[in-house]
Amino acid sequence: MEQGKIFKFHNDLDTDQIIASQYLLLPNLDEMKGHAFESLDPDFAKKVKPGDFVVGGENFGCGSSREQAPGVLKALGVQAVIAKSFARIFFRNAINIGLPAIVCKDLPDAVEDGDTMVLHMSEGTAEVNGKTYTCTKLPEYMQNILNQGGLIASLNREEE
Amino acid sequence: MGNTVIEKIIRHNTGKDVKPGDIVTVNVDRVMIHDIFIPFVGDKFEEMGFTKLWDPDKVVLIYDHLVPASRVDDTRHFHKGDEFAKKYGMKNVHRSDGICHQLMTEAGYVKPGDVVFGTDSHTTTYGCVGAFSSGIGYTEMASILGTGTMWIKVPETIKVVIEGELPKNVMSKDIILRLIGDLGADGATYRALEFSGSTVENMTVASRMTIANMAIEAGAKCALFTPDEKTAEYCGIELNDYQKSLKGDEDAKYLCTITYRAEDFVPVMACPSQVDKIRDTSVLEGTPIDQVFIGSCTNGRLEDLQAAAEVLKGKKVADYVKLIVTPASRKIYLQASKMGILDTLAEAGAMITHPGCGLCCGRAGGILSDGERVVATNNRNFLGRMGTSKVEIYLASPKTAAACAVAGKIVTPEV
Repeated sequence: MEQGKIFKFHNDLDTDQIIASQYLLLPNLDEMKGHAFESLDPDFAKKVKPGDFVVGGENFGCGSSREQAPGVLKALGVQAVIAKSFARIFFRNAINIGLPAIVCKDLPDAVEDGDTMVLHMSEGTAEVNGKTYTCTKLPEYMQNILNQGGLIASLNREEE
Repeated sequence: MGNTVIEKIIRHNTGKDVKPGDIVTVNVDRVMIHDIFIPFVGDKFEEMGFTKLWDPDKVVLIYDHLVPASRVDDTRHFHKGDEFAKKYGMKNVHRSDGICHQLMTEAGYVKPGDVVFGTDSHTTTYGCVGAFSSGIGYTEMASILGTGTMWIKVPETIKVVIEGELPKNVMSKDIILRLIGDLGADGATYRALEFSGSTVENMTVASRMTIANMAIEAGAKCALFTPDEKTAEYCGIELNDYQKSLKGDEDAKYLCTITYRAEDFVPVMACPSQVDKIRDTSVLEGTPIDQVFIGSCTNGRLEDLQAAAEVLKGKKVADYVKLIVTPASRKIYLQASKMGILDTLAEAGAMITHPGCGLCCGRAGGILSDGERVVATNNRNFLGRMGTSKVEIYLASPKTAAACAVAGKIVTPEV
């Protein structure tokens, strides 16, 4: 897997911070993505590169049901979101749109903003600063959705 | 071994004996889509290759977040919604009748024991009548529209028991805020909350609705109340055997049980900017405020407006404070009007707006700026929620909010 830079955020990060409700009326994710994390870091969208990672603490993505929250991160090319835990709706939405949401209890506190990470999805591990962290593997049902690129691809596959 | 309420609902729906952690496919009884997400749901539905709704009568479309439109192009969402409804033969469309969660129960779309999903996190509200309801994203909604089914993980249940009589200045809002503070913003993530005890039994359906509405603020998947005579009357039905059975069995397995004495509750507030940052209102007294908002799907019902009117009767809103009141639906608006409640509020200096979500989600009608402070009865005080990210939002009950509006600062309501 490609290595990427870590953008680190705090506990209980809510979906209003990921993409504020005022931007949900923009016609598509490409127009919304420039406003990701705007209230916390106005330059986030400019700094993040495809393949980078978002690292959160506990309860990442709490709040609204807006699928645009994982949506803008995927549109910016974020490789995966790693957190100690996720809010339920964000987690489902992320998997359904094909954005890996990975639970890793030890990693978030051990890494710094700007560190470089390599994620090995199939092994369920992540490497940062020469140290390997074990992540929680997804249930098979969700892993299948993710492997197929999200819920749409998964439904199409079932029809076939 | 016995079952919790959520286990009974899923077992009835799927015909399977389920236990927490099982992943099962449920048949959906009703879905709700609101104006913000209908364009995205519609696009996904067609992208997925569906050509018809699984059951048009089970789909409800509600315009509320953008009603009345406040910005150029907001109406695009109404046009997209109308086109979708027409193309796929939907009859259940509400264009200005009120806030989605209020309408779903008030208009009879949700019955005890139903399985319901909505494109809004506060869909947990319908647990007030004993329905399993939860929020989802627009891709999953599009998938339900085509298939009528949805996969879910059977949640563990946290039992909350409240016994006794609440102090007069305490409302059900104070109970759910206290519970969120005790559980933490993620204390119930992936879990069901199940409420019981004499305090809960004596509560109106409207008060239960406030509690179920905010369960998501502790991360809960759903919040369930046992349907009773009050529920039956509210829903305009007679409970069938299945609906009557939706009570947690004594030998059911709970993750934990949290017990409260009603007499121990006091008015509380969620302080900026986390819903689980709960403080007794008494320790915040004297904090000056700029605005008060009474309304939303959390606290815009008749009993909420009535409670506010009782506090405000014959009094005036403090100078410099703006009091904005938003009934949760047109029906409530009309009831409050006929009962003279709106007159009392207006005479005290309140601005009364049409039912909608505008103020709560920071889109219209009362947007705040840097350094301003608001006491509000809605459900979230996130950074930037009701204006700029330098606005301080304190969440409280309608009684507390009304008392603060008169005082011009944070105070504890007397009765």
